[in-house]
Amino acid sequence: MIAGISIYEILTVTSILFFIGVYGFITRKNLISILMSVELILNASVINFVIINKYLYPDVLQGVFFSIFIIAVAAAETALAISIIINLYRQISSVEVKDTEIMKY
Amino acid sequence: MEQIIFYILAFIIIVFAFASVSSRKMLRSVIYLLFVLIGISGIYFLIDYNFLAAIQLTVYAGGVIVLLIFSVMLVHHIELELELAKISKRILIGIASLIGLGVFLTTIYSHEFIVVENSITTTTEDIGLGLLSYEAGGFILPFEVISILLLASMVGAIIIAKGTKLISKKNDTL
Repeated sequence: MIAGISIYEILTVTSILFFIGVYGFITRKNLISILMSVELILNASVINFVIINKYLYPDVLQGVFFSIFIIAVAAAETALAISIIINLYRQISSVEVKDTEIMKY
Repeated sequence: MEQIIFYILAFIIIVFAFASVSSRKMLRSVIYLLFVLIGISGIYFLIDYNFLAAIQLTVYAGGVIVLLIFSVMLVHHIELELELAKISKRILIGIASLIGLGVFLTTIYSHEFIVVENSITTTTEDIGLGLLSYEAGGFILPFEVISILLLASMVGAIIIAKGTKLISKKNDTL
């Protein structure tokens, strides 16, 4: 644990990060920007897993394993989402949300 | 000393996260996200999870950011200004986010956490043994499932990004 820092301060930082991600997720109009906001939200949750493991249950490692799995799933999700975005750009020449109105081309 | 470093890291994370969701230039917004991810890996270094910090730097700062920059380069002109939401909508969502943050913070500060004072350093060996152990509390099954997931998503990403053009051309020659 970090000397002189309580768990409340770190949880405050991660909550602010989470809500900045939510704000970006709703206000952005571009698919790649929305993907970046999802990354912010996922990172905030990963820090929460690690911090709660370290501060409250330091003799087990479950939080670290879960955060490794979250990072792996997030990497897979990003790769798939970007391939979908590139394919969509080939079909309709745009990555704006308002142009994406058909599921089938 | 660690206190000062933590406050600097928290400041970097929050300022660059906000810059990342409000910048109008696409590429700059990706670079601000890179600073956020590096700050988060600094927090992992501070609490002595060196392995997780290394994973954060390689997977996020090395992999995801490069992928995002590639896709930005492929689909945008570099100086393209993004279209922003209406100012009334932005204010409304900002207020809603602040209300949600207030709910989170009141819940967190009203809860008594039973903090265990410790200075245990987790080695990479502990993490590897825990991931590969098949006794109670071991993580061998999710570890294997994650490897299958990564393989499937890699194949899926290649097939989707290749598009239909190449496939139909091959069918025509047959």
